[in-house]
Amino acid sequence: MSGPALNDFVIRVGNVNGTGSASANGLLMKAIFRMGIPCIGKNVFPSNIQGLPTWYEIRVNGDGYMGRSGDIHLMIAMNAETYAKDLACVTPGGYLIYDSTWPRPHMLQRDDITVIGVPLSQMVNETFQVARSRILMKNMAYVGAVAALINMDMHVVKAMVEDMFASKQKLIPSNMQALELGLNYVKENIDHPLPFTLEKMNKTKGKVMIDGNTAAGLGCVYGGATVGAWYPITPSTSLMDSFVKYCHKLRIDEETGEHKFAIIQAEDELAAAGQALGAGWMGARAFTPTSGAGISLMNEFIGFGYYSETPAVFFDVQRVGPSTGMPTRTQQCDIMTTAYCSHGDTKHIVLYPADPKECFEMAVNALDLAERFQTPVFVLSDLDIGMNDWMIDELTWDDSYVPDRGKIVTRQQLDEGFEFFRFLDVDGDGIPYRTLPGTHPTKGAYFNRGSGHNKWGKYTEDSDEYKEVVDRLIVKWQNSRHACPQPVLRKASKFGGKKPSAGIIAIGSSDPAVIEAQERLAAEGIHLDYLRVRAFPFADAVEDFMAEHDTIYVVEQNRDAQLMTLLVNETNVTKNKLVSVKYYAGEPLSYKFVMGEITAQNNQRQTA
Amino acid sequence: MPSFTKPKIHLKNEKKNDIGLIRADYDGVMSTLCAGCGHDSVTAAMARAFFELSIGPHKAVKVSGIGCSSKTTSYFMKEAHGNNTVHGRMPSVATGAMAANPHFTYIGVSGDGDSLSIGAGQLVHAMRRNINMLYMLENNGVYGLTKGQFSAAADLGSTAKKGEVNNLAPIDPCALALSVGATFVARSFSGDKEQLVPLIKAGLKHKGFALIDVISPCVSFNDHKGSTKSYEHTYKYYHKAVHADYVPPSAEIRASYDDGKTMPIELHDGGLINLRKLDSGYDPTDRASAFSKVLESQQTDEILTGLLYIDETTQDFATRKKLPGRGLNTYPYEELNPGADKMKDLMREFG
Ligand SMILES: Cc1ncc(C[n+]2csc(CCOP(=O)(O)OP(=O)(O)O)c2C)c(N)n1
Ligand code: SF4
Ligand SMILES: [Mg+2]
Repeated sequence: MSGPALNDFVIRVGNVNGTGSASANGLLMKAIFRMGIPCIGKNVFPSNIQGLPTWYEIRVNGDGYMGRSGDIHLMIAMNAETYAKDLACVTPGGYLIYDSTWPRPHMLQRDDITVIGVPLSQMVNETFQVARSRILMKNMAYVGAVAALINMDMHVVKAMVEDMFASKQKLIPSNMQALELGLNYVKENIDHPLPFTLEKMNKTKGKVMIDGNTAAGLGCVYGGATVGAWYPITPSTSLMDSFVKYCHKLRIDEETGEHKFAIIQAEDELAAAGQALGAGWMGARAFTPTSGAGISLMNEFIGFGYYSETPAVFFDVQRVGPSTGMPTRTQQCDIMTTAYCSHGDTKHIVLYPADPKECFEMAVNALDLAERFQTPVFVLSDLDIGMNDWMIDELTWDDSYVPDRGKIVTRQQLDEGFEFFRFLDVDGDGIPYRTLPGTHPTKGAYFNRGSGHNKWGKYTEDSDEYKEVVDRLIVKWQNSRHACPQPVLRKASKFGGKKPSAGIIAIGSSDPAVIEAQERLAAEGIHLDYLRVRAFPFADAVEDFMAEHDTIYVVEQNRDAQLMTLLVNETNVTKNKLVSVKYYAGEPLSYKFVMGEITAQNNQRQTA
Repeated sequence: MPSFTKPKIHLKNEKKNDIGLIRADYDGVMSTLCAGCGHDSVTAAMARAFFELSIGPHKAVKVSGIGCSSKTTSYFMKEAHGNNTVHGRMPSVATGAMAANPHFTYIGVSGDGDSLSIGAGQLVHAMRRNINMLYMLENNGVYGLTKGQFSAAADLGSTAKKGEVNNLAPIDPCALALSVGATFVARSFSGDKEQLVPLIKAGLKHKGFALIDVISPCVSFNDHKGSTKSYEHTYKYYHKAVHADYVPPSAEIRASYDDGKTMPIELHDGGLINLRKLDSGYDPTDRASAFSKVLESQQTDEILTGLLYIDETTQDFATRKKLPGRGLNTYPYEELNPGADKMKDLMREFG
């Protein structure tokens, strides 16, 4: 089990939404990161602007495990309304801080944890006059209290406050004062530090703390996307915010003021999809970020894009469904809907990033794949990756990158006698050639349509002609598996296991929890290989992996085992080899959950 | 059904336009619409307008939705790229294409069903954004392709072929356009080439969103007695309020402007739209006046036609977006890549 120990514990803060706690919590986490200690921050927030409960969880882990653990060692219970729940979730032996300005209801006691009262409101109210600043300063005061309890480096904290208010210098002294209130109270009144503390490390060098949406937006900029269309929806909005920010920073011509990008806030997701496809058809790299509800609306257009072979990238930052679901909670619930999006025979390329680094890389991959295969491509991220800060290697860029524009016929080629037919498989790889509007006065034009067409690009209702085109489309799609990101294999042998008969398959944000479960299960004698799938259509290695193992745990974050269904549907695996491990309650997956489920299933299998 | 290319017939001494093309160079594949369908006349008018304006077909982009009317984009200018999108969603595809490259002449073709029901949302927003395109709304009061159901443009009291009476008030595309900020609002009739061709030319040259609501009868489902979108009814109630002629930049301008009935509107390309009005008191550059004129005509059953409103001053989409002098789709990657060094800088924010 993980922690609590030196540089190995979990802090959870319970707050009320809209009280400005986000910056205080960010400060806490970032300070730990700057002390060189690996950590992660998970924000559990409501679909609300003010008033509902919100939590922030920081896992400090010197070993570098990047998922949630499932434990809570230090709870900071700032929200009276959720106090009972916050008290109940502390791991036995843990600690809880509450605002002792007001007495705690008597029945809310636990003998197996230590409760620490800090009169935060009282101290802050005595020190600060303005009501709004009292609320904000209370947040800084608990940061101070925590800092004292876990031996946080106050130089780092203070430097961060200075950074934070670099443009509002006059706020620095009051924030420092609030920090000191909490810090000094603990130093003078509480037995400190706690048994689990921080100690500087050197493990965050070359790392950054970034969320997946920011990284994906940057990926679109570096990948050469010029047109972005969108309709606001949590948790995808910040992806476009990032694209907007970096375009304004990097893509405005200094002399002319011209924008080398176009961002369109559409009237709805149907329009956003149409705009992305319109731009893709015109030959610009285009994308639209959305979430499940938006994908539902885009369905018709995505089928149009598939059949008319028009490139565009669709980011689906998944949130809990169905319908409006829980808009601010995470899930992997659009695996099926993206794989087969739209009516008729449609299958798509879907990429599954597992962290912000892959959000960046796969944004670029997707832009390449969309043009190379002339088709809509999905990047299936989720709220956990998209909106939480993850510790990843610094993003880098290789200036030798050349975009894969695919088969675009030029005017010169047409003049030199290239005979252009839009849907003809000239090279036998299932990928036809396309022209961009305006290429040639007499030779390059074609009529793009979602209705029946033959390989020459002409309208048809002829059965054989129709079939010929859709049969090529499936070949093209199948071939794309070699060009998509390949799966990542983590062998059990890495942790002393022999060649095990069981393995795990997962995608996306389940990765850190699965990695940790794999290692900790190995320590308990359960050895498993782990294959992280990174794209649909599935690579051949996925088929091989399943053939080589007798039992495969399919870990995913939805109720209906969508990944497992897709594996059964799209490979030769026998269904009863697959064991489903599903979590779908909306918080980021923890290793404890994965471990618990696999252990239970493993025991059951052995006794059965 | 395969599509047939129209045979190109060359006549001796046939008139060529400024770029050396003949009228037949603006044809597309053979129409598959019903004989006598109003849409075919509109297609011919569009081809003629492009021909007379000497716009190279490959410098034009055609977009459409779904319906008999929307099919017609393949029946003219086969050397222009066309995009026959999904039902009611052509404006978004046009908007995206425009974002990628606004330096084409965009023409959209749609029907009253495509535009006013399923596509009302996208039409409204294209107008609001002032996308620089000509939008032809071929209005027959019914869904032709799905066999004659009433559209949202069907007039009160108009009857269907089998006798059913429409009792919902119509959406008037011109009134709608005026209310959401369209900068060129016109109405015409497929049977009036003299009015329609010049109007299309003016609409193509207008920098911003141009709507032409063209009454275009459906001979198969809405041309009977009792229909208010029949040829007969349209001829009977047709009222030409403002005639618009496009005058290219080079042409000498001879009209006199002091009779209150002629009015020149300067265009961005240096050309002019010359308006000739029936009523000297009507000002087609005044939105409120145009609006009341349209509402008035609804009371009198008069089919008010011509260029009802024009505004050349509002910035179009591409200008407002500060899009560059060449299409975003033409930028080589080197000009878009911020570079590896920049990335190093950016990463500091996250350390
Ligand atoms: C999503 C969707 N719903 C319904 C249809 C069926 N449909 C095809 S054309 C059409 C109506 C077209 O009417 P209009 O735009 O007036 O064109 P017309 O045929 O009258 O020229 C309908 C409902 C469709 N193609 N797509
Ligand atoms: S059904 Fe009506 S609209 Fe369609 S082609 Fe025939 S006449 Fe024209
Ligand atoms: Mg119609």
